[in-house]
This record gives sequence, structure tokens and C-alpha cells, in this order.
Amino acid sequence: MADLMAKGEEPEILFWVGCAGAFDDRYKNVTRAFVRILEHVGIKYAVLGLEESCTGDPAKRAGNEFLFQMQALTNIEVLNGYNIKKIITACPHCFNTIKNEYPSLGGNYEVIHHSTFLQQLINEGKVRVAGGEAFKGKRITFHDSCYLGRANGIYEAPREVLATLDADLVEMKRSRANGLCCGAGGAQMWKEPEPGNKDINIERTEEALATGATVIASACPFCLTMLSDGVKNKNQEDQVKVFDIAELIASAENLNA
Amino acid sequence: MLSNFIFLIITVLAVGLFIWQIKKIRRNIKLGREKKINNNASERLNKLLLVAFGQQKMFKRPWPAILHGVVYVGFVVINIELLEIITDGIFGTHRVLGFLGPVYSALMAINEILAFLVIIACVIFLIRRNITKVPRLTRGPEMRAWSKLDANVILITEIVLMLALFAFNIADLKLAAISNEELAGSFPISNWLVNGLNTFNVSALEAVRSVGWWFHILGIFAFLNYLPSSKHFHIIMAFPNVYYSKLEPKGKFTTNESITHEIKAMLDPSYLVPTLPEGVEPQKFGAKDVEDLTWKQLLDAYTCTECGRCTDVCPANFTGKLLSPRKIIMDTRDRMEEKGEHPAIFRPNHYKEQGEPRVKVTEEKTLLRGYVTPEELWACTTCNACVEACPVNIDQLSSIMEMRRFLVLEESAAPTALNAMFTNIENNGAPWAFSPSDRLNWADNLFVNVK
Repeated sequence: MADLMAKGEEPEILFWVGCAGAFDDRYKNVTRAFVRILEHVGIKYAVLGLEESCTGDPAKRAGNEFLFQMQALTNIEVLNGYNIKKIITACPHCFNTIKNEYPSLGGNYEVIHHSTFLQQLINEGKVRVAGGEAFKGKRITFHDSCYLGRANGIYEAPREVLATLDADLVEMKRSRANGLCCGAGGAQMWKEPEPGNKDINIERTEEALATGATVIASACPFCLTMLSDGVKNKNQEDQVKVFDIAELIASAENLNA
Repeated sequence: MLSNFIFLIITVLAVGLFIWQIKKIRRNIKLGREKKINNNASERLNKLLLVAFGQQKMFKRPWPAILHGVVYVGFVVINIELLEIITDGIFGTHRVLGFLGPVYSALMAINEILAFLVIIACVIFLIRRNITKVPRLTRGPEMRAWSKLDANVILITEIVLMLALFAFNIADLKLAAISNEELAGSFPISNWLVNGLNTFNVSALEAVRSVGWWFHILGIFAFLNYLPSSKHFHIIMAFPNVYYSKLEPKGKFTTNESITHEIKAMLDPSYLVPTLPEGVEPQKFGAKDVEDLTWKQLLDAYTCTECGRCTDVCPANFTGKLLSPRKIIMDTRDRMEEKGEHPAIFRPNHYKEQGEPRVKVTEEKTLLRGYVTPEELWACTTCNACVEACPVNIDQLSSIMEMRRFLVLEESAAPTALNAMFTNIENNGAPWAFSPSDRLNWADNLFVNVK
């Protein structure tokens, strides 16, 4: 972003990579897949690079409002400094925080989650999923992320994106507004679960496996981790794969390096 | 007439006692923090129509929704007759609305059919609670003796009230038949049952009619004054609670403004913290007790009907963790009444003594720890399933979050792992211990030019 600024240019959109997208080895693949899609459609985008910092979401959900606001106010200063208007992110937590919680602290942007963005690209014919044959007849189930679904009412966009794959989409018992959490939200990602008799991600993975799907699609880095762990725990990692919707689209578009 | 005079006195006393109780509850709710909620009246009215009047969210579970719908419609429609009962009672008239002719007939017929359906619904509800023991209605440390008794008292009272109505109608029909008079109204169920009183003579029938009538109306007055002590209070509170419910996306958590000022002053020494109006305390960092919650969060507590739909969908709860969103809301109500005032019948302290040992609270006289333990709060994934499930738009999550904030900001009592996460964000700008200089490494083996 700083380079673009130096040239006196403004990007159409800012891609907010997020900490998982930048550091988590598994989710870096999603970041790369999404960037390839951005390149493919020729949109003028930028990333903040080293100037990006945690949105503060995990701190806020854990109750540390002070740390959250420190992060938010600093990020808003950077974003406003670059005159950013439109932000895209592949993380529902970053999406929710910037879209809903930054405005009252002085950060007003059009914030789009990558599921909605991919749906728009498909609707506009910019992504045709020519290689979608690979998924024909494959059984895919979509896991709703709480911060995309219940928190922001986005249920259809990721499903419509998956529908272009011509695959056999199946729903889990609990889906959409009744969707079951993967267990990572509310900063649970960073702590051990409280004492109980089962881990939430195991419960959810069992439900996903019960659909007979060979691909579990998600649109959230934490859900991806939790469900991948769940599949491993069930010793199903050879038969069942967990992918982000951007990875599925990139692979259907033959964009994978 | 003496009986009319007695009736008038009873009516005034019953209504007066109810108002006295409502005032107590109003004062309890006002213990809460001030929060302005008055925007978007049209959207709020729309919600009121759909969620409260229309019971939209009940239909996530169709069978209970239909049964509850019967009792709800029955309650509303049969209470139209209350106008007649009170008028008859005060002025000594008999079926004063009878002049409405066919309208009255239709009203009475609908009343009878609804009353009959209400009895069936209440019997099914009793079976669900006491015989099949539907888990969400019976399990959990918050479902103590009082909650179970309360639910049964309501259901049995409703059945008895309906039976009293039928006794009055049947006796009335029989008496009209004996004296060869035409009784105003149409009574499909009572007509069907009328032969049951064939052996009764006129004075016995008059007694049945009188007892049925008095029992019905006194029952209603008793019920009215029982409401503030009961989960059944939701029949009133659901309406304001839905009207004042959150309109923003569920993912938007509140921003604590006093923290914003503090940080801004820290980042920029010339920043002027706006002075608060006289007598207004700066917002605390989170909630330890009921007065730290907003009045809306306290209103939530009085609206809860203990149906357990929130707890039933809570991922923490059904994987065996201690958290039950319903318990948080019920605890808030109990603490509010312990600290403030309590209605005529319910005594929160009495309720607390019957606790199961499952949740280890302390002796502290506060909502946090005295009722709600940190272990419960830390089990929450903030997934909003409870908020989505609540038929009367209670926001359980907002109360959980306020108490978490208190633990973290006022007591630095976050779990160790979360403290490590905080430190990572502070030092590395990410919740994991990665070096911020590695933030763009994902682009290293990407075969495109990152601009």
C-alpha cells in the first residue's frame, strides 16, 4: 500500500489479509488462492503488508476492550491515512470487527467478506469456474461461520459460490441461522476449552461427516482449523478435506500454482 | 347489592396490588445503567408485530409453537370476556354484552372452543414437563424446585380457570332451559356437556353458576398478582423487551466510551476528555453486579420465561460445560431482587438455598461470583446461538460479555492462555507469537507480483 501511495495511486480495494491469513500456514494458502483470483480478474488491489495489525477481535471477545480499542484506533489511523474506502477480507472476524465496530471509533469503510465478493464476481461473469468439472458430483457441505452467518446474516453468498461448482451440495443438520459453532469463537481459539465432556469441534465434525461429504467447505480461518483438527481426530483426513471457498474457486479456475 | 360492592372492593384491591408490584419491578429495572434506546421506531414496531404479537421465533419448533399459539390466542380472546365479567360483577347485570346478538354468539362460541383447546394444550405441556421430561424444560442447575413448581402452578391454574368458565356456562344453560328462557350466546362445548348436570336442582345449579363465575374471576385476579413472581410475567414483558431489542447486527458488540477517551488522551496529550454532565458517573469497565448492566439487560431478566431454548442450542452447554445462558439471565433476575425489591410471592434467597452443588458460587453479594462463576463465562464462544434462539429477543451474550470485561479489565483475571494472547497482540500485532516483520511472507512463493 505504501508503494502505491508513493506513486500517487489509489487501489480500488484494500485486501485485509488478517493474522490467520498472514501467519497460519494452512490459511496462507487461502490468502494466496484469493490473491490469484484478484489477479485473475484484474482488479486493482493493495495490501497493507507490514502496516497491518490485528483488528483487535480476539481481545474484544475475550473482554479486553482496552486492547481492542488500542488496536482499532491505530488501524483506523493507518486506513484513514491511506484514504481507504473499500475493504475485502477472507476472515469473518476481521470482517465483523471492521464493518460493525470500527465506525463508532471513526473508521467508516465499505467492508465486504470474500464470500460476497466471490459471489459478485461470479454473477458478473468475471469468474466462470471453467474447470469446475473436477467437482462435478462431489459431495460438499458448507459450515456456517457464526461471525458471517448469525452475526451478519450472510448465509446465501458462500452457498451460491459453491453452487457454481456443480457439486452435490448437502446441508448439515444444523445450518444457516441454526448453524453450530466450530468452537473457536469468543477467543476460545487461544485457550483450552472449559471442563466438559466433549469438544465442540468434534461435535461439529461428526455432524459434517454424517452428511457423507468428502469436502467440508468453510469461509473462516478459525472454522477451517477447528474442522481440520476434528477430521484428523476422526482419522478421516485421507477421505475428507476441509477447504476454504476461495481455494475451491481458485482450483476450479485452474489458478493454483 | 352487597355482592356487587364486595366485588368492586376486590377488583380495586387486586389491581392496586398488581400496580404496587409493578412499581417494585420498575425500580429494580431502574437499578441498571442508563442507555438510550429510542431510534428507528418503525423498525421496532415491526419487530414488535412479528416477534411479540406474531410469535415469529416460536416457529423454529412447530409443535410447541402451535400449542403455545393456542394458549396465547385463548388468553387474548377470552380476556375480552373479562370486560363483561367485571361489568356484570360491579353492576349486578347478567351477560351484559348479550345485546350484541350474533357477534356475542360468535364470541362465546370462539371462547368455548379456545378454552377447550387451552385445556388440551396445558395438559400436553404438563406431560412434557412431568412425564416425558423434555430436557430443556427440566435439566440444569438453574431449574430448581421453584422453577418447576412455578411452571406447574401456571398450567394447572389455566386448566382450573377454563373449567370454572365451563361450569358457569353449563349451569347457566341448564338454568335457562329450566325456566324456558333463551340464553344469549352460543356454547358448543357446554351444550355438549350440559346433560352432565341433569341431576342438579335449581338451587344447586345456581350455586354451580355462582361458584364457577366467582372462581373464574378471582382466579384471574390471583393470577394477575402471581405474575410478577413468575416466569409467566413474560406475557407482559415480552412486548417492551422485543420493542427495545438490538437492531444492529448480532456481531456488533458495544463500545465502551470511557475507554475510548482514555486511549485517545493517552495517544494525544492535547485530547480533551469531554466532561460528563453533573451526577453522571463514567461507565465502569464491565459488570460485576446488576447496577453495572444496562436497564435493557435487566429488562431481559424479567422477560425470561425459562424455556431453555438458549441453553438447548448453546454449544458449550451441550458439550458438558457449565455455561447455560438461561442461568445467566435467571441469576440476573434473582440478584436484582436480592439487591432491590422482590414481588409478593417469589423470594430469591429462598430459591438460592435449594441450589444444586454443580456451580460453585462464592458467598460474595454480587452477580459475578455470588451467582455467575468465571468458569461459566469463559466457556462462551460468543456464537450468538442463544440470542438467535430466544423467542422474546433476550440478549444473553451482551450480559456475558460485560462480566467478562469486568474480569479482564478490573481484576486482570483472564485465563493464562488469553493473557498470553493479549501480550502477543500488544507486542506483535497478532494473537500468535509471530514476528510482525513476517507478515508478508505468505506472498513469498506466490507467482504473482504483489504491488
